[in-house]
Amino acid sequence: MAKLDPSASHNPIASDLQAAQKLADSIPHGHELGIEVEAIAPGRAQFILPFHPRLIGNPDSGTLHGGVITTLIDTASGCAVFSALPNLIPIATLDLRIDYLKPATPQKPLRADARCYKLTRYVGFTRAFAYHDDPQDPIANSVGTFMVGSSNAVFGVDDLTVERSS
Amino acid sequence: MSLTDIIQKAKAAEDPGAIARAIPYANFIGIDAHLDSGAVVCTLTSSDAIIGNPVLPAIHGGVIGAFLEHAALMLLMWELAPGQLPKTVNVSIDYLRSGKLEETFARGSVTRQGRRVVNVRVEAWQGDPSMPIAVAHGHFLISD
Repeated sequence: MAKLDPSASHNPIASDLQAAQKLADSIPHGHELGIEVEAIAPGRAQFILPFHPRLIGNPDSGTLHGGVITTLIDTASGCAVFSALPNLIPIATLDLRIDYLKPATPQKPLRADARCYKLTRYVGFTRAFAYHDDPQDPIANSVGTFMVGSSNAVFGVDDLTVERSS
Repeated sequence: MSLTDIIQKAKAAEDPGAIARAIPYANFIGIDAHLDSGAVVCTLTSSDAIIGNPVLPAIHGGVIGAFLEHAALMLLMWELAPGQLPKTVNVSIDYLRSGKLEETFARGSVTRQGRRVVNVRVEAWQGDPSMPIAVAHGHFLISD
């Protein structure tokens, strides 16, 4: 297993919040949703998604669509794998399983806390959960696996294209 | 209009797309639906707003997961008895190929229907239905 040691890392986002936000902003759909990085550490990423009426899945109750929770968890889990890597290399989601524990509360921002708890040469294994304010009161729980080095490129954070949609 | 009313009206008009269009999030990411030989087929229109990887470029994996979950919900809203609504318990998504920036299709089937819980499988594809880009299965609770 690769060591999650920031001092030995050449990874520009391993513990740099601004670089991690730049990475998040380079994902057009994440930017569209207004996803922000709240905390980053090697192998761990915490993200927040503001509520917006267009994210409603149940027009009767006004609760978020499960798909939005999937997107936030996929993004945070991917970023947790990125932050665990010794260099920034491309990754791709292999699979993701989400358990919906309770409906999200309308109007409240949603947080995701993701960890890459095991990194091998080719695969990153993640756990993540989503919640509003209290991590002890989760809305969704998830496990995922990510292919590491899905293409041969190595890139730096300055290479990231920031796409702004108006 | 309540979701139950929306579903009944869409069924009367044989237009499952009317359900998708009444759900803000489905509208936002570009989901629509139609009937193909009596089966509900969902479509996801490609747009810059749903890109996850601008370098490839590819659709965001979260959006593909959301599309698959929504296709399962659409199938259930179409096929359950009037007044019954599905609630997602869990969903498991396998990503097989990157989603290119073109129209994506999804179709679900009920694997097993119990009294309270239904197991559904869904496949998503682009040009060729025999080359799925992602598959999912999930459990849905039936409320009445």
